[in-house]
Amino acid sequence: MQRRGFLKQLAVGAAVAAAFSYGPYAQAADTIKVGILHSLSGTMAISETVLKDVALMAIEEINAKGGVMGKKLEPVVVDPASNWPLFAEKAKQLIGQDKVSVVFGCWTSVSRKSVLPVFKELNGLLFYPVQYEGEELEKNVFYTGAAPNQQAIPATEYLMSKEGGGAKRFVLLGTDYVYPRTTNKILRSFLKSKGIADKDIDEKYTPFGHSDYQTIVADIKKFSAGGKTAVISTINGDSNVPFYKELGNQGLKATDVPVVAFSVGEEELRGVDTKPLVGHLAAWNYFMSLKNPANDEFKKKWAAYAKAKKLPGADKPLTNDPMEATYIGIYMWKQAVEKAKSTDVNKVIPAVAGQTFKAPSGFTIKMDENNHHLHRAVFIGEVQADGQFKVVWKTPGPVKAAPWSPFIAGNDKKKGEPE
Amino acid sequence: MNLVRLIRCVLAVCALAVGLPAAALTPEQIDKLAAPGSDARAEALNSIAAAGDESAIPFLSALAEGNVQTSVSLKKVLIVIDGKGIDAVTGKPVAKLPEDLDEVVANNVFRRELAAAIATLRLTSGDRAVRLAAAKTLQDETESDRLPLVERAIAKETDADIKALLERVRANLQLNSKDKTIRLAAITSLGSSVNPGTKTILLEMLAKKGGEFVEPDADIRFAAQKSLTEVEGRLTKGERIGQVFSGVSLGSILLLAALGLAITYGLMGVINMAHGELIMIGAYTTHVVQNLVRANAPDLFNWYLLAAVPASFMVAAAVGMALERGVIRFLYGRPLETLLATWGISLILIQAVRTIFGAQNVQVENPVWMSGGVELLSNVVLPWSRIVIIGFSAAVLLLVWLALTRTRLGLFVRGVTQNRAMASCMGVHTGRIDTWCFGLGSGIAGLAGCALSQIGNVGPDLGQSYIVDSFMVVVLGGVGQLAGTVYAAMGLGIVNKFLEGISGAVVAKIAVLVFIIIFIQKRPQGMFALKGRFADA
Repeated sequence: MQRRGFLKQLAVGAAVAAAFSYGPYAQAADTIKVGILHSLSGTMAISETVLKDVALMAIEEINAKGGVMGKKLEPVVVDPASNWPLFAEKAKQLIGQDKVSVVFGCWTSVSRKSVLPVFKELNGLLFYPVQYEGEELEKNVFYTGAAPNQQAIPATEYLMSKEGGGAKRFVLLGTDYVYPRTTNKILRSFLKSKGIADKDIDEKYTPFGHSDYQTIVADIKKFSAGGKTAVISTINGDSNVPFYKELGNQGLKATDVPVVAFSVGEEELRGVDTKPLVGHLAAWNYFMSLKNPANDEFKKKWAAYAKAKKLPGADKPLTNDPMEATYIGIYMWKQAVEKAKSTDVNKVIPAVAGQTFKAPSGFTIKMDENNHHLHRAVFIGEVQADGQFKVVWKTPGPVKAAPWSPFIAGNDKKKGEPE
Repeated sequence: MNLVRLIRCVLAVCALAVGLPAAALTPEQIDKLAAPGSDARAEALNSIAAAGDESAIPFLSALAEGNVQTSVSLKKVLIVIDGKGIDAVTGKPVAKLPEDLDEVVANNVFRRELAAAIATLRLTSGDRAVRLAAAKTLQDETESDRLPLVERAIAKETDADIKALLERVRANLQLNSKDKTIRLAAITSLGSSVNPGTKTILLEMLAKKGGEFVEPDADIRFAAQKSLTEVEGRLTKGERIGQVFSGVSLGSILLLAALGLAITYGLMGVINMAHGELIMIGAYTTHVVQNLVRANAPDLFNWYLLAAVPASFMVAAAVGMALERGVIRFLYGRPLETLLATWGISLILIQAVRTIFGAQNVQVENPVWMSGGVELLSNVVLPWSRIVIIGFSAAVLLLVWLALTRTRLGLFVRGVTQNRAMASCMGVHTGRIDTWCFGLGSGIAGLAGCALSQIGNVGPDLGQSYIVDSFMVVVLGGVGQLAGTVYAAMGLGIVNKFLEGISGAVVAKIAVLVFIIIFIQKRPQGMFALKGRFADA
């Protein structure tokens, strides 16, 4: 009996499968492959792992609603292990071997710079979800994170304002690579234009994975005795944990010397005792604490997904800005594919321009018609005792990105679109 | 004073009208404090602080802690704690919290003003500790409205320490006085300050704007310059102490990481590339013990390290002994093969940990008694975690030294390293001694991991960042010498921190490596070399 039942099921199953697979394409072509290129190990894993998870969540969600143009999305996940040359290798593998239609990935600018030649050569399509230093506009890349004028500049203006404490001296502290160096170059020239002298700006860098911040925190203390000081931190990866621990241990309070960070969100503060950090700042285009229906839904979905997949930290699900940017990116790509009626990169790129999406940040976000960047609102939040950020300042509405910062010489001649 | 009286009158009327014990603040004041926009808020706050009415403290604290909410539908300001609302004006509990609650956002600047206002009101508190904390909070305060209250507090104060602090606060407040003699006296008295904030204030008096001095009076500038020099001298002393301390702290970490290697490489001559991974295993053991304690005995969480220290020693020692028995003993006398084999093992260990615990860093929380720090001078805070680790590494060093010089095992170890054949003839089981010795070295690496987990990140790659440093220390100190390891670790730590202060972290790291290359070229045997037959072998 049992065996016969099983055979029957098998036959029915085969018939159903045959019915579905009937068509001009083989079954494998009925999925659209999507590459996910985030470090799942090494110093950047602290930040990037959740981006892989949120991308998988968005893909699952799209598939549950019937996929894109009737085809299911098939994620291809690779781990470039915080190793910059490996990023290029894995990107080549994704585009060349796996034939993915689009790649969502990278966090650090050095990893993006490392994969750029691959995307250009093989005409791939990359959605880059993290705030960065600008100075780049590639036809094959869409930038869903902030350009300097959507994060760094407004944050610095806030610190100088009366409301933000009226800082007159600045410590520019970063990890030693292209993003912090370029951002600090822009900020230095911006601060100079506001009348801040060179002696009131202290630029400092640490290697990736640096874990001993004693001297640096002591130096900040010393520097701050010379006048109202603020720290602008572009420290990336897991070095943030020892940095903030040291700030807390040495008793440097936000009311005396506020630290505004551009790469620290809810996820990076997990595992740090945030009580001594209350009042330190972060500038982003999204915070988990924003109150609006789109964000409530996003948080709910993420919590359910994290729980169902038993992700680490599912007991306290957190969302952050690059996660939101990844989510926006996937949906914009989906809409563009549907508009272009093709996954061909040359047809999708023009279709992405001008796409809109109701984002969890509470605004309907638009992809600029020309410059491959989103129009985004800027929020500045203060760290709370529970590890969340409370918004203390925001722009009235979305701001258009200026990837070529006017504070770098020669940029006024550059065109606001990829060449 | 008129304003104060007026407010008092209003308060009294309010209290009568409501029929409650004196409500601290008027509805207008509360509304102003709860409304966004910094100017009106700051004014209201200043008038409250100047009035000196302690009953305002609860509302101000609630504001600072973000417990104040406004409701448009009720047209009320509420203090909400744990889901229970109290009307800020009447002090009566609110039966049901309305839906449209909106938190009153206190940003850094406002929180700072609130802290100063609360501290001013607390100056006359009955509790000495509260007054001391309040006087400390007010050290950087320059709002001259507070002067009468501070004067009153000084007159009442009986405690000498607090009085000295308050007098400095008064000097700060008198800096903008109209009377030149008061100003001069205030500036001179600031010279005795140990507070970095004082430097800021004095620098501002000496600043130039567009070629002109901000302060027109040359006498005042002269006095300010004199006080500034005094304060700076005192602050520099503090900075030096801080620098030496962070050097010693880095040195103690290097020492812990290298001590195990000083035994396995220094005494036994095994080039153990998996040493870093043994450190990492110690750190992960700490993580596991922490989780076990949290799950089974949350009350004892603050003391989980007491269990983690022996556990990390045992686990790392067991892994080390298994390595020695399984792989390394077949490779004695073949350093290149040992190097390759142990490097392979290190990769296996990293991948194993990655598979078991995941690639992401795991959390190791500091016990409460290890966070924060002790304030040595006002600009030097020595973090407890660092102090504990310095003590811990000294204790480990002492134990290793005792084990090697005072125990039977230590005697055998020294015998085997000095002359293996002879020791064997005397009936020492040399193979077993090798295993124990390697286990001891590995166990100490585990202890290092336990300590490192308290200050850095714990991830599968943890060991990789310490292996180079460990070899550096052992080679620099001289192979086969414990004393050399200690000197090298402390020397490298202090030199590194000193250079970091001058040239930044990236250049300091390069400079230290260049220094070691040159040093090893000039003196390949390291700082301390073993003399005698063993050294030639």
